[in-house]
Amino acid sequence: MEDYLSLFETYDVLAAFWVNIQLSFWAAICALIIGTVLALFRISPIPSLQWFGAAYVNIFRNTPLTIILAFGFLGLFSVMQISLAADLNASLFRIAIVGLSVYHAAFVCEAIRSGVNTVPLGQAEAARAIGLSFLPAARLIILPQAFRGAIAPLGNVLIALIKNSTVAAAGSVATEASSLMKTMIEFRSDLVIPIFLTFALGFVILVIPIGLLTTWASRKLAVAR
Amino acid sequence: MSAQQVLFDAPGPRARRNILIGNIVGVLIVLGILAWIIATLGEKGQLEASMWTPFLEARTWEFFILPGLANTLKAAAIAIVTSVVFGLIFGVGRLSHLTPVRWVAGVVVEFLRAVPVLLMMIFFWLALGSSGAVPPQDAPFIAVVVALTLYNGSVIAELVRSGVQGLPTGQREAGMAIGLTAGQSLRSIEVPQALIAMLPALISQFVVILKDSALGFIITYPELLQYMRRLGVGEGNIIPSLMVAAAIFIIINFGLSTLATRLSVLLSFRTKGRKPAAEEAIAMDPAST
Repeated sequence: MEDYLSLFETYDVLAAFWVNIQLSFWAAICALIIGTVLALFRISPIPSLQWFGAAYVNIFRNTPLTIILAFGFLGLFSVMQISLAADLNASLFRIAIVGLSVYHAAFVCEAIRSGVNTVPLGQAEAARAIGLSFLPAARLIILPQAFRGAIAPLGNVLIALIKNSTVAAAGSVATEASSLMKTMIEFRSDLVIPIFLTFALGFVILVIPIGLLTTWASRKLAVAR
Repeated sequence: MSAQQVLFDAPGPRARRNILIGNIVGVLIVLGILAWIIATLGEKGQLEASMWTPFLEARTWEFFILPGLANTLKAAAIAIVTSVVFGLIFGVGRLSHLTPVRWVAGVVVEFLRAVPVLLMMIFFWLALGSSGAVPPQDAPFIAVVVALTLYNGSVIAELVRSGVQGLPTGQREAGMAIGLTAGQSLRSIEVPQALIAMLPALISQFVVILKDSALGFIITYPELLQYMRRLGVGEGNIIPSLMVAAAIFIIINFGLSTLATRLSVLLSFRTKGRKPAAEEAIAMDPAST
């Protein structure tokens, strides 16, 4: 037990989780923006934009996140020498955020589209009947209802994003939780189970309240029909 | 209801002209983005013939792509079978009429769904490797399969549960009426019907398993991504190699997703008159890691 507790003096577990939380936070914002634009493309009347939205979703939804993040490090950072910050670690961190964002944007797009499908036809017809064209109808009538209908699937995307932030290890973000867990287990292989349970519990504590919260919010905010 | 009909009328002459203009602008923007990507790649010399010719040589396929793909498919195929078994056991467990069984299954499933697959993979890899229970060179493979099974098995358990709960109550009542016990009615009446309804969602989960098998890259399992990285380092064409790896995954997964969509249309007549649990389940888990 003392051995176990002394681990926390050597290694800063909370700092590692904080890295994952930061990765998830920025990636969630970027993915929400990209995903909403993509969803708009997919429901717009313009065929080329529809096609682009569908192509984006199909490509990124079917690519393993590991490849995207490994590409960020091995391809963008090492070969193309794209650097998003002066500092090496900050640059890798930001590239990982980009990778997480482009991947999860595809799922955000699908979540919002499933939200759009919960909006009854009559709402759009009413919007058109009072003379709104596509963008005002989308902005004022459809999307506000679609977001409320999409809270539960969006919450699932957020949960997946938090868990997937560990994959940033493939993008050489060495300060995040799964990398630290690996280092700790390699250092104290006799404590492998307590170390794993500590990290697992950390994710349970992060993820389960979000699940409960989004379920509650999706019920509370559901449009009564 | 398709989203297309929701938002706009059948266009008149002026709207058609606007759509045409928008379409041309859209095409130009998309082409512009593509041209920019290609130009940037070209600037760094990524489009030179020498970068791509290795993929025309037989030895690249023989020594890198095919062995990697074989390892990826092997891990994914075994994990698919074991996670369906795991999912059935724990899904039925969550529906059991025995409170302790339901409770244990619930805690296990909720716990495994909340823990990142990568954490489980690293844990089993290092734990198996240091315990000496398996040969060290097999540890990454076993870790990949076990971690994929535990995570995806618990997602499938939830699919089974929501599938059974979506059935009309008359099915269970009919089972009781002909004298089956609760367990018998679950096994021989409810679960088989739920399985058919959840088939599309199940196939979507297979896509997740295949994608997540690439996490084996991080724990040194020699799957496709690992082989392609070796190829890229050897030939100095890491960007083309990773793109080919991604393309292979996209083709296989796109095929599986299309199959899932087709099946859900095909099966809709068998599952009419009940809640569209399969569709709901897909929407429920869009994150699909």
